Amino acid sequence: MKRVYAKEEYCIGCRLCEIYCILSHSEYKNDLIKAFKKSLQRPPARIQVEEEGALSFALQCRHCDEAYCVKSCITGAMQKDPETGVVFNEKERCVGCWTCIAACPYGAIIKDETSKKIASKCDLCGQNETPYCVQNCPNGALIFSEEPPYKTSVKGGE
Amino acid sequence: MAYVIIGNSAAAIGAVEGIRKVDRETPITLVSSEPYHTYSRPLISYYLAGKVEESLMVYRKKDFYEKNGVKAILGCRAEALDVEKKSVKLANGQKLPYEKLLIATGGKPFIPPIAGLDKKNVKTFIKLDDVKEIDALVSRGSKVIILGAGLIGLKAAEALAEIGAEVVVVELAEYILSSILDEDAAKIVQKHLENKGIKFELGTTIEKVLGDEEVRAVELKNGSTYTCDLTIVAIGVRPNLELVEGTPVTTEAGIVVNDSMETNIPGIYAAGDVTQGYDMTYGEKRVLPILPNAYKQGETAGINMAGGNAKWAEGFAFNSISFFGLPMTTAGIVNPREEGYQELEKCEPENNLYKKLVLKDGKLVGHISLNCIERSGILTSFIREKVDITNIAEKLLNENGLIVLEEELRHRKLVGGGAA
Repeated sequence: MKRVYAKEEYCIGCRLCEIYCILSHSEYKNDLIKAFKKSLQRPPARIQVEEEGALSFALQCRHCDEAYCVKSCITGAMQKDPETGVVFNEKERCVGCWTCIAACPYGAIIKDETSKKIASKCDLCGQNETPYCVQNCPNGALIFSEEPPYKTSVKGGE
Repeated sequence: MAYVIIGNSAAAIGAVEGIRKVDRETPITLVSSEPYHTYSRPLISYYLAGKVEESLMVYRKKDFYEKNGVKAILGCRAEALDVEKKSVKLANGQKLPYEKLLIATGGKPFIPPIAGLDKKNVKTFIKLDDVKEIDALVSRGSKVIILGAGLIGLKAAEALAEIGAEVVVVELAEYILSSILDEDAAKIVQKHLENKGIKFELGTTIEKVLGDEEVRAVELKNGSTYTCDLTIVAIGVRPNLELVEGTPVTTEAGIVVNDSMETNIPGIYAAGDVTQGYDMTYGEKRVLPILPNAYKQGETAGINMAGGNAKWAEGFAFNSISFFGLPMTTAGIVNPREEGYQELEKCEPENNLYKKLVLKDGKLVGHISLNCIERSGILTSFIREKVDITNIAEKLLNENGLIVLEEELRHRKLVGGGAA
């Protein structure tokens, strides 16, 4: 499946991906000013930039083929769509127990406590288009691709 | 060829999904003593507190059995196993022949040998029916004694306090949650619970149960006496081995399984709280009664029952739980009892915060993250992947992240997700 991949050598840590992730999941999907000035209960970004010195990268849900969060979910709310491969959380059945946070090998699941406590995570912006974070990265440090940018000699986690 | 699954919770459902990864056709018969569609057992405390409706407790959607070709026989106990004839006898007299059998009968509450704990208003806290009975007995101001300050006892305590009951928790150990926390972390959580009105009696147990048909009061070994309307026994769960008693299936603390989740009898598998399976942090077979392990053991068993090839190699304890909004995640060995472990701690009681990393030979084997659970799955993965964290342990004590990893491993994480 197509996933969002980070290319750390191009990331400058500007955090625009986080900003546009918030926009994508706000009620004003096309208006950055409104999304930030009018949404009083702004949910957290579902992509997280890590930065140390000159090194930085942005990471979100890997939509794992064998997803620990799905298998660990105590309610059955966290699921993997068999058609698209997208790992998604069914809000109504999520109780905010955070077992998925304890399970995710990438630290990609975030507490959303803006209203009812729920686990929040990347949904690839609904998969209709290139995700907002990729579209708005000024440096090409995020790509949406079938192919990962790094070849690793060891198995890529799960 | 026929699959029979005894049980209807996480391990059983994991097995159905595991079988169906390999074999879409062969019918599966699933048997449960409970009358309900598969539901999430950990949600019973949420149900009691009025936070979740019964209809939202389903562990899989209502069309799950139909979609997966499962004939579910619900509300009927599996009574006897005939290993020779490859058949399970049900309480309704029906005999179910099997080619491959999964025993996922879960755990049952352990009731200590204290006279009087068989009275009418003594309950356990495992199943939906348990909380329905409790719900009928309690109201605002009810006095409740809970025996046991483990995960189950304290989730019960939280729910009951939330509906206005007066709760006293009695625990033999010197500190609460001793299976997942150490004493320093436990003290912080205890104080938080006391601030919410829960009272603790630690280092003691019930000496005497007073009352005729119903418990009216309990006397503790330390001399205290409490009147009560309800007593909940929550000192632990033991594998529910009834079905295999008197059969050649090998049991120790639980049903002993190999890394395919198969018992010593070919064709008979076991998964979940009933089993004694490999724990990679201890390097030995242990009973690990937690839901994520149950699901994954069930899935592993299912794949193998259907002729696939899956190995159980990465089991270890791991929990996430919150009490009145105070979250904690823990994994692996949190209280090493032998030499050879290194422990790093950060303790900030004023912030209700505690973090501990346990290392062996430079590798992470356990952690406690209290009120700092963000991204703690990264720690869980370091345990699973046996990552040497010698040089990054201090940084991880302050913040969980991937940037501290060396390039090779960091890139592996950045491109993760695909199974290939």
